[in-house]
Amino acid sequence: MGVGIEVNNLNAWYGTNHTLLDITLHIPANEATALIGPSGCGKSTFVRCLNRMHETNPIGKVTGEVKVGGVDIYSDISAVEVRRRIGMVFQRPNPFPTMSIYDNVASGLKLNGFRNRRVLDEVVERSLKHAALWEEVKDDLKKKSGASLSGGQQQRLCIARALAVDPEVLLMDEPASALDPVSTAKIEDLIFQLKVQYTIVIVTHNMQQAARVAERTGFFLNGRLVEFDSTHKIFTNPGDKRTEDYITGRFG
Amino acid sequence: MSSRLKTSAVNRHWRWFTNHMASALAVLATFLVIAPLVAIFVDLLYQGARSLDLNFFTKIPAPVGEPGGGMANSIVGSGVLLGLASLLGIPVGIAAGIYLAEYGRGTRLSYMVRFTADVLNGVPSIVMGIAVYALIVAPMKGFSAFAGGVALGIMMVPTVARTTEEMLLMVPHSIREAALGLGVPTWRAMLSITLKTAMPGVITGCMLAFARVAGETAPLLFTAFGNQFWSTNLNQPISALPLQIYVYALSPYDEWHRLAWAGSLVLIALIVIAVSLVRYVTTRGALKGAS
Repeated sequence: MGVGIEVNNLNAWYGTNHTLLDITLHIPANEATALIGPSGCGKSTFVRCLNRMHETNPIGKVTGEVKVGGVDIYSDISAVEVRRRIGMVFQRPNPFPTMSIYDNVASGLKLNGFRNRRVLDEVVERSLKHAALWEEVKDDLKKKSGASLSGGQQQRLCIARALAVDPEVLLMDEPASALDPVSTAKIEDLIFQLKVQYTIVIVTHNMQQAARVAERTGFFLNGRLVEFDSTHKIFTNPGDKRTEDYITGRFG
Repeated sequence: MSSRLKTSAVNRHWRWFTNHMASALAVLATFLVIAPLVAIFVDLLYQGARSLDLNFFTKIPAPVGEPGGGMANSIVGSGVLLGLASLLGIPVGIAAGIYLAEYGRGTRLSYMVRFTADVLNGVPSIVMGIAVYALIVAPMKGFSAFAGGVALGIMMVPTVARTTEEMLLMVPHSIREAALGLGVPTWRAMLSITLKTAMPGVITGCMLAFARVAGETAPLLFTAFGNQFWSTNLNQPISALPLQIYVYALSPYDEWHRLAWAGSLVLIALIVIAVSLVRYVTTRGALKGAS
């Protein structure tokens, strides 16, 4: 099951560049939460703070508190443990090019020393089915490289790979921005199914997409969270003038 | 459409001419590059094959004045030296390359290591021989296979380190992030994902370094020294193909010249076989569509 995320007074920097200012928001469990805002507003940095990927950048710095299912991910557990619990799907599909489809999905478990073949087979099949890719790849699981698939298939492979380690939260950083409309629709369908089991945070540039998939939406601007409310409210009756300007296309 | 898009006959002929001219120059340049190589290779094949017989692979050098003899001990000696050199040079080189690309980016130490590697790459090989003579041969009071292996190993390090670094830097950042994002520890992501993705290039670098030192004579003169007899003892002087070729080619005897040719052919053939074998073994399991 998914768990909720509580963010309190989160600040983030790249070097001296203060990219996130005092973000406080509560993301409920088993819902999709969309983050929108113009380029450079800090929404990607924000999701990267939720699984401690931000600190993999040598000049990245974070302060504040992030609690996932009640666990403070910056003090209670290690970064590696955090990322095992909080999966991430990136903007560009990034399957491991030297690995087969099977090994790509199994990689999270295998690289952490898990070797039981029967369980791995099960996990790979379940994850690929969950990511709606099983039917398309089941015949060449071990024959084809992950890089030989189409862009949309690669992204679903990356989702399967993230699901295979059985996370509680799935972060998606513009998962469909490099895909065509058909693949995008497949990813969106997937989000609906995944919500049942996981908490989903999705960064998107596409406001229609936010409106379609998310229960809640947050609007970021210049490193601040301007407004966070139900998606319906944000898109029909925003509380802040800047949100209204952005969603009606007056800037951004 | 406007007439501007239609080309005049003169224009068309001029384009045809320049196009074919450029192609012809490129083909000519290609031939100029290949010709010396082919000439050397054909001559080597002719002279070498003519002098090659089974004795070459089974016998050790005959005493001066006696006919016959071979370079069996030199072939084995080269194998020992190159094995030792690879054992020392490749791990150190790859580790240094990993440091340069992954851990030391932008640090003073990495700058120094990179600079040193580039200088080391340009050091004449005979200087390497003298250095190892001073460091190992003199204190140990004797020429040895060990010293020869060390000299060749040191020569492999800069090539291996720099190609490893470059190949690792070519691995997209997104691949590293994918691994870290799965909750894989940094060291594990480094070895199992980044290095593995860069492996074909790293292996090419190792093979380049290997092929380069396989033909080195100068660094062995002061270290392995050469040996007319069987020896695989690391504490004793050992023979090597390039050394034996060098000695025989400088000799006044036709018989020895003949053996030097055969030795050159065998040396090149063994390098080609070794490199092809490594390539075959390392690409055997490649997947469909893998980049």
